[in-house]
Amino acid sequence: MSHAAKHAADHATLATEFIRDPKRAKWHDDTLWFVRTKRDRAAAQLPEWEELRQRASQIKAHTMSHLADYLEQFAERAEGLGAQVHWAKDAAEHNQIVLAILQRHQVTRLVKSKSMLTEECHLNPFLERHGITVVDSDLGERIVQLAGEPPSHIVLPAIHKKKEDVAQIFHRHLHTEPGASDPSYLTEAARQHLRSHFLAAEAGLTGVNFAIAESGGFVVCTNEGNADLGVSLPRLHIACMGIEKLIPRAADLGVFLRLLARSATGQPITTYSSHFHGPLPGGELHLVLVDNGRSNLLRSEEFRRSLYCIRCGACMNTCPVYRRSGGHSYQSTVPGPIGSILSPAFQIETHKSLPFACSLCGSCTDVCPVKIDLHHQLLTWRREINHRGLLPRSKRWAMKLTSAIMQRTRLYRWAGWIARHVVPWLPRFAIYHRWNAWGRQRELPEFPRRSFRELFERRNDK
Amino acid sequence: MTSRDDILQAVRSTKLAARELPSLAGPWIAYDDRWGQFEAALRSVGGRFERLTSTVDATTRLADHPAFPRASKIASLLPDLVAGNVDLQRIDDPHRLEDVDFAIMPGQFAVAENAAVWVTHHGVKHRALWFIVQHLVLVVQATQIIDNMHQAYERIHDLDSGFGVFISGPSKTADIEQSLVMGAHGPRSLTVLVYP
Repeated sequence: MSHAAKHAADHATLATEFIRDPKRAKWHDDTLWFVRTKRDRAAAQLPEWEELRQRASQIKAHTMSHLADYLEQFAERAEGLGAQVHWAKDAAEHNQIVLAILQRHQVTRLVKSKSMLTEECHLNPFLERHGITVVDSDLGERIVQLAGEPPSHIVLPAIHKKKEDVAQIFHRHLHTEPGASDPSYLTEAARQHLRSHFLAAEAGLTGVNFAIAESGGFVVCTNEGNADLGVSLPRLHIACMGIEKLIPRAADLGVFLRLLARSATGQPITTYSSHFHGPLPGGELHLVLVDNGRSNLLRSEEFRRSLYCIRCGACMNTCPVYRRSGGHSYQSTVPGPIGSILSPAFQIETHKSLPFACSLCGSCTDVCPVKIDLHHQLLTWRREINHRGLLPRSKRWAMKLTSAIMQRTRLYRWAGWIARHVVPWLPRFAIYHRWNAWGRQRELPEFPRRSFRELFERRNDK
Repeated sequence: MTSRDDILQAVRSTKLAARELPSLAGPWIAYDDRWGQFEAALRSVGGRFERLTSTVDATTRLADHPAFPRASKIASLLPDLVAGNVDLQRIDDPHRLEDVDFAIMPGQFAVAENAAVWVTHHGVKHRALWFIVQHLVLVVQATQIIDNMHQAYERIHDLDSGFGVFISGPSKTADIEQSLVMGAHGPRSLTVLVYP
């Protein structure tokens, strides 16, 4: 189940793989666009939608400017309620903490609900190496776990799978009828299979959607109820969260819970929004607060606002590049526009192609419920990657050449003349060759016979 | 230095200009017919809605539920309304709730905008009950309806006393090709009973 981040294939190369099957690529595109339209309908039902986005953004901005204080307050209150709070500087420390808790309780079977943080830390393979059976209980996550793949979307982990794929996976692992691909039938099979795991689990692990500084509690949102089943049967609950998940007041949830599900799937709220304050009677609750690069990101004037993200996935559903290239082409825990900002911040060399997987259309910025200026940050990343000398040679030369031509009036006019009068007569192989990546799926536009300058001069002659 | 100190120091080392915490005052959405809006929202998320004219006819209304007449194990926290046959007080291990068909449980209040019902651990011995049963019935008094989530948090004052959850509809998933299926892990159906 290791993420393929080891071999640093760039986004464009992996996207080429994805679109090799055009029918499937079209289906993926349409499916996510359908989710985006559901989001639009839900947003349109609230006259105060834009006001909610504004408040959410302000609350996050305020929280970031007082983050250390809120973290201390949260930890203190949580401990006051009987939770045990742990702090992890990086993924390795996080994984060690979780393992130590599980080993102390002699846990060998753990059920997990969705947590992008534990994906980021590669917790599952780590625990499995130490003899702990980890079962992802969100249906989409279970599908990709059985398939041996990472999630391709943060809200819809198996969105790249067709029901026939799921039928095959379930036939192999859950012994469903061969070829049976009805979603109700498959979901029922997963229900029975996962119930046995819920009943057998010795501990439950969840993520955290929002952590409330003033009360020391936290909120977990699911539709399936898997987080709740996972932590209400065993006595041991571990909740893992990035330090950016804080909100100051419980009442701030009024804003965020109204935005989250509407932005994610177009539902008015998730089926379950569970508020945990302290452990089960007679049980234990452990909170693991993880930095893993977040305090560095906070330092960056340009990219700090990406920490506002509430992981709704709306930017992915609307992104024309994500929809047509699939989550796996990003090779990062969080794909899509927000992932293309976060991932380079953690590992620039591996993820340097991501800020270019963007047409700068700005649709992500328009739908973001906490008003992150996503496409501006992506543009900033491109400049940063150029400054650090990380651009591929082809791009570097093309930009140098363009810049040189643009700066010299006569050269520019001459190049324009060539484009209008010579290029149209060139044979195809001289234009559509392996160095012209742009022309691989596109035809050049028809060049006008005269330039704007020529037309303008003629007009003056009349 | 501990990791706690390291992280807090790293966060503190970034001096950011203080940004104001916004007020949460509205105007937020309000509805002329709150229960009407609630019912529409509940049906859209796959829930069942029953409005009782008196507390007497709760069981008769539930008889319309396709699974209720066949239910063998019923856990009721509101025995005056619907009789149960599972003695929750005598169950110590929540795993034993696995075969309960129906649970009848109180809801504190309902939210019109999103069909959510707020429930808390008070008087509920096992937190698993809401999630492990095959079918869930939440009972809300007709006066206990509010417009939106902002009002909800104005009403909740004992958040830090334990567990509370907003429930909106039955457990569901659309993880296979975006096909909506009810009954992912939790209750296959959710009925909200409103009594006068």
